[in-house]
Amino acid sequence: MRAADLEVHGVSWAPAKSAQPALHPTSFSVASGRVLGVVGPNGAGKSTLLRLLYRYHKPRTGHVRVGGQDIWSMPARDAARRIAAVLQESVPAFGLTVREIVRLGRTPHRSRFATSGAGDDHVVERVLDTLSLHCLANRDVGTLSGGERQRVMVARALAQDPQVLILDEPTNHLDVRHQLEVVSLIQSLGLTIVVSLHDLNLASGICDDVLILKDGHPQGVGPPDALLTDALVSNTFRIHARREHLVPSGAPHFSFTLPH
Amino acid sequence: MNRIRLSAGPPARTSPVLWTVGIIGVAVLVGSLSFAVSVGAVAVPLETVWGILVNKIAPNTFAVDWSAGREAIVWDIRFPRAILACLVGAGLAMVGASLQAVTRNPLADPHLLGISAGGAFGAILALLHTGLFIGLLTVPLLAFLGSLGATLLVLAVSQVASATSADRLVLAGVAVSFIVMSAANVLIFVGDPRATHTVVFWMLGGLGLARWDQLIYPALVLLCCGTYLWLKSGTLNAMTVGDETATTLGIPAAFFRLTVFVIGALVTGVMVAFSGIIGFVGLMIPHIVRLLVGGDYRRLLPISALCGAVFLVWADIIARTIMAPNDMPIGIVTGLIGGVFFVWLLRRRMG
Repeated sequence: MRAADLEVHGVSWAPAKSAQPALHPTSFSVASGRVLGVVGPNGAGKSTLLRLLYRYHKPRTGHVRVGGQDIWSMPARDAARRIAAVLQESVPAFGLTVREIVRLGRTPHRSRFATSGAGDDHVVERVLDTLSLHCLANRDVGTLSGGERQRVMVARALAQDPQVLILDEPTNHLDVRHQLEVVSLIQSLGLTIVVSLHDLNLASGICDDVLILKDGHPQGVGPPDALLTDALVSNTFRIHARREHLVPSGAPHFSFTLPH
Repeated sequence: MNRIRLSAGPPARTSPVLWTVGIIGVAVLVGSLSFAVSVGAVAVPLETVWGILVNKIAPNTFAVDWSAGREAIVWDIRFPRAILACLVGAGLAMVGASLQAVTRNPLADPHLLGISAGGAFGAILALLHTGLFIGLLTVPLLAFLGSLGATLLVLAVSQVASATSADRLVLAGVAVSFIVMSAANVLIFVGDPRATHTVVFWMLGGLGLARWDQLIYPALVLLCCGTYLWLKSGTLNAMTVGDETATTLGIPAAFFRLTVFVIGALVTGVMVAFSGIIGFVGLMIPHIVRLLVGGDYRRLLPISALCGAVFLVWADIIARTIMAPNDMPIGIVTGLIGGVFFVWLLRRRMG
């Protein structure tokens, strides 16, 4: 896997017929191979920001650069070879197998009308190995459990052979075991990763840096231990947050209560 | 939904299942075609059917031991009719399968998009109001123009309502369908009541208009549009996962959906123009084919075309023989089979 650095400068976005921006100018950069977590309350603009990164929306202002190149100055297929995303779209019953879904990841590497070649099959098999999906390879994706399906979608993104991986709340709806699996996977990839998370403790555990959003405004970006102060977290989520230390591990851990 | 997976092989690119199903399908299609040509009010033996066919391609191969009348029935009436059934069945099934991918709705059908309503409007206009001003091609031509008009209307509405997402585009289609259908009903209401039975027959579907010199239009459209859709089967696969995921694969999702809509309208418009409204083929056939060969559009599209063709040939055989010597409208047959199939599908999903 090859990673590249991601540089986001002053991006903002608003829906076509609305003057009210969903995201105000936001800047950050993620060095090659680092993990950035995006946290914030519901409706804070996390998904909007991610959509700008995986080239679904074009930013009103600013630019997104991968390896120094603006993703909107290149064709969509070229961008798709650099950036892959694992999203929360449900897979309806269309009868595609796990291998067929993973093979979709090779789409941007093929010429316009060509079908998959031997090189594509090689990548697909390697990714199926990496995520131990071989035993499920011929199963209909619609028959899998949530955790298995999430792994398939990660495999599909890895088959794209990207430099940057975007994950939209990858641990949602997963049980503890599957959450831990996804987390250890993220840490093992060595890719540049931007991941939106709801769980602040998880975010401070796995991210090198955290970006915190509220009402479409960035509240700060930095290493979780330094950035996530009690005051900032309490203010952002409108709660009382207090960082404590777990006994006996001594690991920092937020506890939350509703303000009175 | 539990599926019995027949294909469980390694990542072979030419799946043996595809070839097996394909070869069986072609054999069944050829058999069905021969049978369709031989049965009817005047029964013609199969060897005569083949004799006439071979003699038409390579004259004087067989000694002619049949009457000129039989040859006319087989060659001028039944062959074009059976081939039209193939073209319409294949076209509707391919369009249905493709629309299901881009709307991410397994129940999408060519008739969902207002295309048929537009076709009906054009045909009613020709049958009741304008008269056949350019001969027998008037009805197909106006029906096609009606379908095209309805499709443009759907696209315009989707622009006005900025409905680029899958579900909103379907809703735009349904809305336009209702509007155009009520306009068509106005045409029936103010038209000559004695002529309405021809309209009814057309709206229930029928292949009786088939003629050799007109088959070229549906054949060409099917060939071009079918090839395009098949070449795009990888993109159709990606569209079933979702717009945003398709976008991250470098696919212009909204634009591709519009392209498939326009192609679907073109194919359906031409088919409706020559056969009237034949429902349920586009909905039902891809479902059955998914159970047979899985959901990969590289297999799904050609096998759907094959099964759609076989299905409509048999539906037409039933339509021609059940009330012989009269034709029953084929739309009644497909509607009945389709409705029963739907109930079965519902039961399967529940269980």
